[in-house]
Amino acid sequence: MLSLDSIDLAAIGLTLKLATVTTVLLLAIGTPIAWWLARTRSRLKGPIGAVVALPLVLPPTVLGFYLLVAMGPNGFVGQLTQSLGLGTLPFTFAGLVVASVFYSMPFVVQPLQNAFEAIGERPLEVAATLRAGPWDTFFSVVLPLSKPGFVTAGILGFAHTVGEFGVVLMIGGNIPEKTRVVSVQIYDHVEAMEYAQAHWLAGGMLVFSFLVLLALYTSRLKHNWRG
Amino acid sequence: MIGEAEILVAMSECAGEERLVATEGRVGIHARFRVGYPGFALDVDLRLPGRGVTALFGHSGSGKTTCLRCVAGLESADMGVLEVNGELWQDSARGVFVPTHRRSLGYVFQEASLFPHLSVRRNLEFGMKRVAAATRRVAWDQAVDLLGIESLLDRMPERLSGGERQRVGIARALLTSPRLLLMDEPLAALDLKRKHEILPYLERLHDELEIPVLYVSHSPDEVARLADHVVLLDQGRVVAQGGLVATLARLDLPTAFTEDAGVVVESVIAEHDEHYHLSRLDFPGGNVLVARRPEAIGHRLRFRVHARDVSLAESRNENSSITNLLPAVVCEVVTADTPAHVLVRLDAGGTPLIARITRRSCDQLGIVAGRQMWAQIKAVALLG
Amino acid sequence: MNAPVSGLLLALGLGVFALGVRAAEVQVAVAANFTAPMQRIAADFEKDTGHKAMVAFGATGKLYAQIKNGAPFEVFLAADNTTPARLESEGDTVKGTRFTYAVGKLVLWSAKEGYVDPKGDVLKSAAYQHLSLANPKTAPYGAAAMAVLAKLGLSETVGDRMVQGENITQAYQFVATGNAELGFVALSQVFKDGKVSAGSAWIVPADLYDPIRQDAVIMTRGIDNPAAKALVDYLKGPKAASVIKSYGYDL
Repeated sequence: MLSLDSIDLAAIGLTLKLATVTTVLLLAIGTPIAWWLARTRSRLKGPIGAVVALPLVLPPTVLGFYLLVAMGPNGFVGQLTQSLGLGTLPFTFAGLVVASVFYSMPFVVQPLQNAFEAIGERPLEVAATLRAGPWDTFFSVVLPLSKPGFVTAGILGFAHTVGEFGVVLMIGGNIPEKTRVVSVQIYDHVEAMEYAQAHWLAGGMLVFSFLVLLALYTSRLKHNWRG
Repeated sequence: MIGEAEILVAMSECAGEERLVATEGRVGIHARFRVGYPGFALDVDLRLPGRGVTALFGHSGSGKTTCLRCVAGLESADMGVLEVNGELWQDSARGVFVPTHRRSLGYVFQEASLFPHLSVRRNLEFGMKRVAAATRRVAWDQAVDLLGIESLLDRMPERLSGGERQRVGIARALLTSPRLLLMDEPLAALDLKRKHEILPYLERLHDELEIPVLYVSHSPDEVARLADHVVLLDQGRVVAQGGLVATLARLDLPTAFTEDAGVVVESVIAEHDEHYHLSRLDFPGGNVLVARRPEAIGHRLRFRVHARDVSLAESRNENSSITNLLPAVVCEVVTADTPAHVLVRLDAGGTPLIARITRRSCDQLGIVAGRQMWAQIKAVALLG
Repeated sequence: MNAPVSGLLLALGLGVFALGVRAAEVQVAVAANFTAPMQRIAADFEKDTGHKAMVAFGATGKLYAQIKNGAPFEVFLAADNTTPARLESEGDTVKGTRFTYAVGKLVLWSAKEGYVDPKGDVLKSAAYQHLSLANPKTAPYGAAAMAVLAKLGLSETVGDRMVQGENITQAYQFVATGNAELGFVALSQVFKDGKVSAGSAWIVPADLYDPIRQDAVIMTRGIDNPAAKALVDYLKGPKAASVIKSYGYDL
């Protein structure tokens, strides 16, 4: 019976690494953005929120194409990375991470924003009257109260990055162990008419995605029941 | 509107016992705030005693809570000056704004707002452990005993009743050893039974701790029972501020024209009459007999005398069933809420009284300022 | 039924009837690299014959998968000769209709003027960071590019500077945006009016790789469609041939 070869396994390993790095970065970057969006009364809230949500509606190829142009040697990101001595980002793992961060941003920011908004102003005021400064309040009150939001954000960000295809296709260059992730590998198998291998990987993705969502929904149900 | 200076003069004429606490030196609280929102403006200048309970009293929408939030630094005022017992917390002219978490205050919200993810014990510790050990003046046991929450310590907030939550909220605020305790209608969200469950704790707080309290309330009963000092707010402005007894006895304030018009008297239990099952309460200028109280002799007790329960006579009428008779001098007479009635303010040897009588009786008896009368008190409402 | 509606239906009915007699539609699947010439050929075809070619473009492998799963294509223009042969052996085509409509030519191309020298020696240098080509597993142009590298003995030196597009269009995109300094693309992508229209290029000599024969075939679905036969005949004709050549294909 045919199963996964070493190239497939490398693609799986790379995908998990990409999703992990992206999720960690997104939680770090997304938290302040979500916090700002949840708390601000600035007029920029609408535009910034819309920009963050763009990947929800844009075809990944659009995002991928713009990233390819922007991160290319003549694009503004490319100019910047070159002047910093970093070269250009397309065809690199770092480039995939940058693209994935943009692409999965709304899946992390929105659950966090919802969680922060649900906390409301009161617990923050209470904490302030109990001598907790803003950072202290964030770590001792906001974080614990928005834990379900962080779990949701982490799972969705991870899963969405695993499922990413169009953007990677546009800027990845399909380099084994650097940019060839599972979804691209599945595409290649299909294109090459290697349907059996395609089934193995595609089936694995299906099961993975289902398990992730199952975990998410069961934990949500539990949470709702408890609260 | 009558200015403050004028009011003080009016009071000193008759009521000799004005208890306005002088802000001698730097002791006391000075708060000036101006806040403007569409449709609402707050403009207050408060000089409050540095000890005891000060009630911020007024209808909803009068700006009480906004005022309290300004003191806490939770509301950003357009103009603000705040000095608490010699410490400057805010001065917009000089760019001083101490953020809330650096102000040594405790805040009790209308709903207890306990942190749902922490047990009662951890809630209590939250503020306490953020205060340097050297500056802790309220001990753990003291706060826990005072509010009777020993048995609740290991519970989660969701397993507490409303009254229990509020007691924990108060203890939590106290454990930060605040220099000022702010309470925003802490009883408003509770039903009558819970209110009566908590009031004694608040009284003990008042009696046992030396922390000045700013207490927002719209309930005359709560104010009469707990406050030493009253600030009356209406539409964002201070209508009156002063000692509880003197302020409630004023006839120029809207409070005088409600059903509840009356005075508060601070008394001491002087004697129990076991035969008739009565207790005698002494106060400056006289005494009253009430149904036997459980408290010991020497216990301080407040009672309210409603204006509608006071009638006036030219002479001491020994042939009446009314036992409580007090000699009193008429200070002023004003028209009451109906044209048929007048309100008469009297001074019974230092204790103010208000009587609500018909204009006809007033004319027939020839009641005018300066006249000596007998006040017949039909009922007193004991507080506590 | 009211008069205007029945009138409309009558008109539609007549229209369909008229088309049925004089002109027909043919569903065509076309390999992505042949997009530009096919658009011109389809327009000429409609003008000259009255038949209409409805064209879908895509990667050959994907089109194959769609055909095997019931896509209603009547004529298939692949990017290689193996896929039509495979479809024929699987009984999905009309026997004897398979023919080579174009021979693709490989070019080493850069968007930068003067970057690629006329002999392609730049390929041996260390100057570039990325060499773009189509996925050799799935795209004939990619396989041809690999053959060229092997023949020149450069497979090792190029090594991990190689980046792959999923198809030849993407390989071109990497070069066009400057992300790859140079790449192997189809001559048809950069050739216009008899010359390379932009950048610099080395047209790879035909002896360095097997000819990229692009075969067309009539699918069993198109057996009774006169327009399918007409299109195939048209592709073999002189007018289509000149268009195909003008895009840099051989015949």
